[in-house]
Amino acid sequence: MRTQPANRGLAALAMLVMLVMVGLATPAGAVLPDEVLADPALEARARSIGQELRCLVCQNQSIDESDAPLARDLRILVRERLTAGDTNPEILAFVTARYGDFVLLEPPFKPKTWLLWLAPAAILLLGAFAVLAMARRRGGRGEPDPLTPEERARVDALLAERRGEEPAP
Amino acid sequence: MRQIVFLVPLVLFLLLAGTIGWFMVESESEDRDTQALPSVLIDRPAPDFDLPPLAGIVPGLARADLGGKPALVNFFASWCLPCQAEHPLLMGLAAEGGIAIYGVNYKDPEADARGWLGKLGNPYERIGVDADGRTAIEWGVYGVPETFVIDAEGVVRYRHVGPILERDLQRRIRPLLAEFGG
Repeated sequence: MRTQPANRGLAALAMLVMLVMVGLATPAGAVLPDEVLADPALEARARSIGQELRCLVCQNQSIDESDAPLARDLRILVRERLTAGDTNPEILAFVTARYGDFVLLEPPFKPKTWLLWLAPAAILLLGAFAVLAMARRRGGRGEPDPLTPEERARVDALLAERRGEEPAP
Repeated sequence: MRQIVFLVPLVLFLLLAGTIGWFMVESESEDRDTQALPSVLIDRPAPDFDLPPLAGIVPGLARADLGGKPALVNFFASWCLPCQAEHPLLMGLAAEGGIAIYGVNYKDPEADARGWLGKLGNPYERIGVDADGRTAIEWGVYGVPETFVIDAEGVVRYRHVGPILERDLQRRIRPLLAEFGG
């Protein structure tokens, strides 16, 4: 069956609309329409803050992704403080003052967490040193000792024997 | 020297296995709940709040009511089954007297809360109604029930997450109350 030109135009238009809509779609998380701020810039900041804060009810989701009522309350609180003019660090500090560092999905860098942050680099360095030390030891062995006169004589004898076995050209 | 180097991986493995094993045993022990989060409020003054009462039952609850004597601040809701589980324990504690038990009714329709207390009894000297859950956020509460032990200076000394069981009462809460109550 042949497609009519008019139909083809319609299909192309539908395809275009679909592509535009797919392109415009962003991960919605759990943010409900009534929470969204009118100011897109503030809402974008609210999203980025929401992705940094842990939902304490589910513990492995951010408040931006969680359907838990407490996550919703915290999302609204974040938006209230944004509207009131707080900076992002001020809002994070506000929530940490109540729920502790655990509420931050990325742990802060401070004496208590030095081990956490530095251990991977330290272990990597340690490994590099070990590899280096091993390589150096292997390299340090250097050239083998020269043959003693007896060994030399034996090698010569063996080589001569082998040569003797070869068929004459 | 060579042989010792070959033992290094074995020693590292034993250390790792030992650590993991220790944590597994530790998390099974009764005194340590690995799910419970530490409260940042410990050894700090209780946060500021002022909540209206459940009309006609007992007065409301505000920051100013804390201090003077040791107290329990218990976040509860009628829709919360673990709250119902710990309720008889709070009733018993209230009957003994000596400490104040304050309630914060968390996100609960007033009629439900009133019905719940009417049916099960009211152990609370004061009840603040936290309809929007904002006071709970001030306290760092992440689920009901949660119970805070407040000393006579109004300082938060302990938080219990989840229903209070008899052993929690005996091991943790009673000794603390005795210590702060004088």
